[in-house]
This record gives sequence, C-alpha cells and structure tokens, in this order.
Amino acid sequence: MTAAANTSPAPWRADLFILPLIVALGALAALIEAARSPDPAMVIQAWTFLACMIAIGAFYLKTYGGGIPLEEREGYANNVVKAGVIASMFWGIAGMLVGLIIALQLSFPNLFYFPDWAWTNFGRMRPLHTSAVIFAFGGNVLIATSFYVVQRTSRARLFGGSLPWFVFWGYNTFIVLAGTGYLLGVTEGREYAEPEWYADLWLTVVWVGYLLTFLGTIIKRKEPHIYVANWFYLAFIATIAMLHIVNNLSIPVSPLETKSVSLFSGVQDALTQWWYGHNAVGFFLTAGFLGIMYYFIPKRAERPVYSYRLSIVHFWTLIFIYIWAGPHHLLYTALPDWAQTLGMTFSVILWMPSWGGMINGLMTLSGAWDKLRTDPVIRMLVVSVAFYGMSTFEGPVMSVRTVNALSHYTNWTIGHVHSGALGWVGYVSFGALYCLVPWLWKKKALFSNALVEWHFWISTLGIVLYITSMWVAGIMQGLMWRAYNDFGFLEYSFVETVVAMHPYYIIRALGGLMYLTGVLIMAYNLWRTVKDAPAEAAVPANLVAAEAV
Amino acid sequence: MNHGFFERNSLVLLIGILIVVAIGGAVEIAPLFWVNSTIEKVDGMRPYTPLELAGRDIYIREGCYVCHSQMIRSLRDEVERYGHYSLAAESMYDHPFQWGSERTGPDLARVGGKYSDQWQLAHLNDPRAVVPESVMPPYAFMAKKPLDYHDIDAIMRANRMAGVPYTDADIANAVADLKAQADPNADGVDAFKKRYPKADARDFDDNPNEITEADALIAYLQMLGTLVDFKTYHADAGGNRR
Repeated sequence: MTAAANTSPAPWRADLFILPLIVALGALAALIEAARSPDPAMVIQAWTFLACMIAIGAFYLKTYGGGIPLEEREGYANNVVKAGVIASMFWGIAGMLVGLIIALQLSFPNLFYFPDWAWTNFGRMRPLHTSAVIFAFGGNVLIATSFYVVQRTSRARLFGGSLPWFVFWGYNTFIVLAGTGYLLGVTEGREYAEPEWYADLWLTVVWVGYLLTFLGTIIKRKEPHIYVANWFYLAFIATIAMLHIVNNLSIPVSPLETKSVSLFSGVQDALTQWWYGHNAVGFFLTAGFLGIMYYFIPKRAERPVYSYRLSIVHFWTLIFIYIWAGPHHLLYTALPDWAQTLGMTFSVILWMPSWGGMINGLMTLSGAWDKLRTDPVIRMLVVSVAFYGMSTFEGPVMSVRTVNALSHYTNWTIGHVHSGALGWVGYVSFGALYCLVPWLWKKKALFSNALVEWHFWISTLGIVLYITSMWVAGIMQGLMWRAYNDFGFLEYSFVETVVAMHPYYIIRALGGLMYLTGVLIMAYNLWRTVKDAPAEAAVPANLVAAEAV
Repeated sequence: MNHGFFERNSLVLLIGILIVVAIGGAVEIAPLFWVNSTIEKVDGMRPYTPLELAGRDIYIREGCYVCHSQMIRSLRDEVERYGHYSLAAESMYDHPFQWGSERTGPDLARVGGKYSDQWQLAHLNDPRAVVPESVMPPYAFMAKKPLDYHDIDAIMRANRMAGVPYTDADIANAVADLKAQADPNADGVDAFKKRYPKADARDFDDNPNEITEADALIAYLQMLGTLVDFKTYHADAGGNRR
C-alpha cells in the first residue's frame, strides 16, 4: 500500500509465511482442477479462483515485498477497513441492481427474459441477488465495522499482522466464486447456502482467519472489559461458523466436479436448512448488525448505551432463543408436530429479546433526540432500529400457526424479509458507513448532508412502497388460494392469483428502484467526501501514536 | 455469577456463546434422526432412476425451488388444489430436500402425470405460449441441449454414501438405464423396469435422436408425487400420527 520508502526491514513473521502458503496451495488446487476437471463449470470456477489467488499474491508482494509497511507498525489498522467500506458499496449497488432486475422479470417477463441465455433466468439471478446483498454487502459491512470497532473498544491493533487482509480478500474471493457459480448453475439448491462444497471449504478457512483476528484482538485488549458490541460480533462469528459447517455437510460427487450431494435428506435436511436459514437472519443479519448498533449509535449520539443490564439480558436471551426458531419455516409441513410447536413457541418468545435490543438502541438517544432533526445520519441509524422493532414484531406474528397458514409461500414473506433487510440491515449499514468514511479518511464531515437527506427520504419512500405492496400482494395471494365459491369449490385457479400480483410486482420494482437510487446518491456523496471534503485538523503525531498504544 | 467474569475473559465468553447456541439445534434436529415416527412407513417409495436424478439436478441447477414448492401442507384448500398432503417419506431420498419456501408458481409435489409430456415440453420452451399470464422464464435451450450424464454413476454413488439404497447393479447399469428410460425401444428397458418398478420409459421430449436436458427434466416432473401408494397408507395408523 505504501511506497518502499515507508517500510522497514521485515523481521520473520508467521502470517507472512502461512497466509501466502495458503494462497499458493489454493492456486495449485485451482490449476489442477482447471487442467483435469471434466466439468466445464468447474473449469471456469477454477480459473476464476486462480485469478483471485494471483491477485491476492500480487497484493502481498506489493504490500510486503519491501518490508513491513509503515501503516502496519503503529496505530490502528485502517486500510483494511477502508477496503471493506469500498467493497461494501460496490457489492451493495451490484446486489440491489440484480434485485431490481429480477423484480422487473416478474413484472414484465416478456421484456426481461432471454430464452437462450440460461444464466439470465430468475432461478439463477435470485440466489445472486440474495447472496450479493446478504453476504457480499452485509458481510463486507460486518467485517469492516467489526475490524474498526474491536480496535477502538479494545484499544489494540488488529491481531495477526496481514491476517485481516487475508480475511478481506479471502472473503471477497468466496463471494466472486459463489456469485459466478450461480450464473453457471452451480448450486447446492438450499436457500442462502447455495455455494458448492469447494466454495464452502474456502469460506471455512477464511472464517477461521476471521475468528482468529477478532478473538486475538480481544485477547490483547488494553480495556479490562469486552465492550457489548464485541459480544454480538463474537456471537455472530462463532455461530455462523457452526451453522455453516453443519448445514453444508455434503459429499462431493468427485474432487473434480462442482456437484455435491447433501448428507441429509428430506425432513432432516429441511430442518437443518431452516435452522441454518433462520439463524443466518438471527446471527448474520441481527447479532452482527446489533454490534454495529451498539457502537455507532452511542458514538454518533454522544450518549452512553441506555442500559447495561438490558444489554446483558437481551444478549444471552437473544442468542439462546433465536436458534430454536427455524421450524416456523415448516409449519403444516411433513415436519413432526412437536418440532413445529417448539419452533412456533420460541419464535413468539423471541419477540421479547428482540425488543430489548430495540429499546436499548432507541433509548440511547435519551437527551439527544434533537439530533434527529439536525443529523440525517443519526436519523438513519434510529430509523433502522425502528424497522428492526417492526420486523421483529411481524416475525413472531407470522410464526403463529394460524397466521402462517395464510402467509407462508406468499409475498408477505418477501415483504417481511425486506422490511428487515432494507429497513434494518440496510439503514444501520448506511448509517455506519456515513460515520466511517469521514473518520477513516480524516475528514471534518461528509461532503453533503443534503444528499444524505435525499438518500434518506427517497429510500424510505422506496421501502414503504416495497413492503406495503408485498403486504397487500401476499395477503391477497393467501386469501385467493383458500377462497371457496358458493358451490364449495376453490374459487380461483392458481394462474388467477399470478395475474392479481402484477400491479404489486410493478410497485415493488418501483420501490426497489428508489432504494437503489438512494444508494447511488450515497456512493456519490461518499466518493466526494473522500475526494473533496476538507480534511480534519491535523493531529500532532505524538497523539496519534499515543492513541494506538 | 457476576457478568463481569464473561466480560473479562474472552475465551469464557466464546465458550458460553457456543454452549448457549448449540442447545436449540441439538434438541430440535438431533431427535429427527432416531425417532422412528419421523418418517412414515409407506409402500411404493423407490430411489430416483438415473434419468430422473439427472432431471432433478437440472431442476436444482436452474433454481426452480426459488419459485416452486414441493410440499403440500395439511390444509383443506391445498389438499383440494394439489392432492394428498406431502409425507416425510416422499422426500426421504431427496439430497437435498426441495420443499421450497415460496409459490411464485404452483406447488409441484404432485405435478407428475397431471400434464402430458407435450404440454411440459411446450411449457418449458415458452411458458406464455401455453399459459399467457405466466411469469416463468423460458427454458427453450433444454430441448436443444444434449444431457450431460458423464458422472451419473458417481452422482448415484455419492447418493448411496448419503443413504440412498442404490445397489451395485443400479450403479453399474446407470448409463444403460438412463438411455433405456429415454428410449422405449431400447434393449435394456426390461432390465430397467425390473430395477425401478413402475418407472415410465418413453421418449419424453419427442425427439428420438438424442437424450436432451428436456428428457431428463420432464422424466423427473412426471414422476413427482406418484410413488407412494395411498391405498395402503392410513394416516391414522399408530406410526403415522406425529
């Protein structure tokens, strides 16, 4: 990253030996696959992976070829966080654009499908959308913010030397591998866990690196206590590891083929998948982002977290109860009743710890509510917590058997997911990124608060259009499916319900377009902040060094 | 105990988290593997034929599961619309399961036999040619694309390792069986039918010259939900009440 002049002779470091070795082994494996595999998809995946490995190798050479760069010798690791911010914005725009395209496909199938291009079809693009927004955008936001937060709250530099960089590049390699795989038709066929066995193995390696970086930083902290945000980040990292490994247990057809066969089948596979799937929501999209809430809201509002006791209670109850909620995806199915009932019960109970978190986040604004008027960034963060409260109320309601009988399989579920994803995950991420960019690039403030206002209002209106159209569509769909006429026959054929969705699909696409527009405004604003916003008053060098000690 | 203990000891915190998050899954998922009543005892279930299995892999590859469920819930309207509610036994050889979560299109758990092969083919080629209101993508390439079955025996072996009762003969004859099912005049049809009772052997895509992806996918669609003999299934029998 820095020129040779800023480097010093390198003492031998384990990370500079082990990590490039892993990259070299990855490249070797890719070469063997590319040369030997009879599976054309595997050959393309192998070349893609090889290109990523070469890029990481080049990065190592450029950064460490002339010794240890200055950035790594003092202060906090900021460059890797900056890279995470940029990657988040890139994947956010890409993922939401794909979302818009597939929304348009359902609205105007004659315009947006291409009969001879299998890779453009909804079935392949939809996993691309979900993975890009959840794992690529969300994942990069989580990695970047967790790296930022754990250093400040531990008063320690990130552990592992170049390990955080390996985690960043390795994780994004996984994203590229997974995303291009979907377009090639490479999938395990389980929602939100589509990547095939080799991508899963690579992610496991990267995730161990992530856990080591995070835990290592906490272990060498200079603060006596581990800050609450880090409890949530740690729960997210550890639990995702468990979920990922168990849900992806599968038998590769051959080491040279992309395809694998899942170890479990039918009902056991279904519950394992939804145990995973719902806790991807619970730990990736909730616990991780609560970590963001617990750092960025108090910091931005300049108020302490509302209640320490509430943090403890809601942390342990949240992580304990969330794990049980999976079966609510399988009500009235062939899953045994006892498991369905357990899942429903715990999903309803889950309302309480969720709102514990919401209350703790919102009430942190006590004494600083006026900032909602003047600071659009804190408004975004607070509205995200409000959406969190709304979705975590809607979720338990939808988990009740009688409600689920209506809502399951309908667009109501899509609406529910997006109120959480766009409102909670999206907004808390945007809020954090709006905070991070001036902090990281040492700017006095954002380039334009007015543009943040535009972003906020356009995307809020977009969310409202999205979720209300999906509520109406979903409830209508559910009611039409179960409607009977006077003679006791089903009133509607299936395709009549498809026709009824048409106007709502269009409104939904419009909502998505507005949300994407907001993010484009944000990207422009952040770019101008980095490029043109006035710099922060210079801090004397001795203070910078002192901060890091 | 004082919570400060967790806050001062990172490994204690980590272990505490792992214990707390392991409980729910252990209690809910693990019993499904040994409680006998989890999967009903039924007549008629058999492993997929090689051609059906190849079709199922195309179904997975194209992401059909993101719009089509294969799980009829035990609700009156669903049973009247789609047929008998789905049993756990019906997906016991599904690695992975394809129950789905969304019905942008209709449930397919019992679509087998409901439409002709010609209808399925026309529908795959251009869904709006047969259902003008449909929002389904067109899959015209499937009828033109020869089926790639170079690894069909390896796929069956992997399924057997995961618990599907394929015999050595099933695997040794995988390619012959696959060809026989797509060509009713082939020599191996009798042997095929012996290995896979009640399986249909015919030219599914109306193109006798080659075995295409459409052959495999239609073979799979046409057997969905047709295996279990519901005449011998009694929902009230002891082992089936769950």
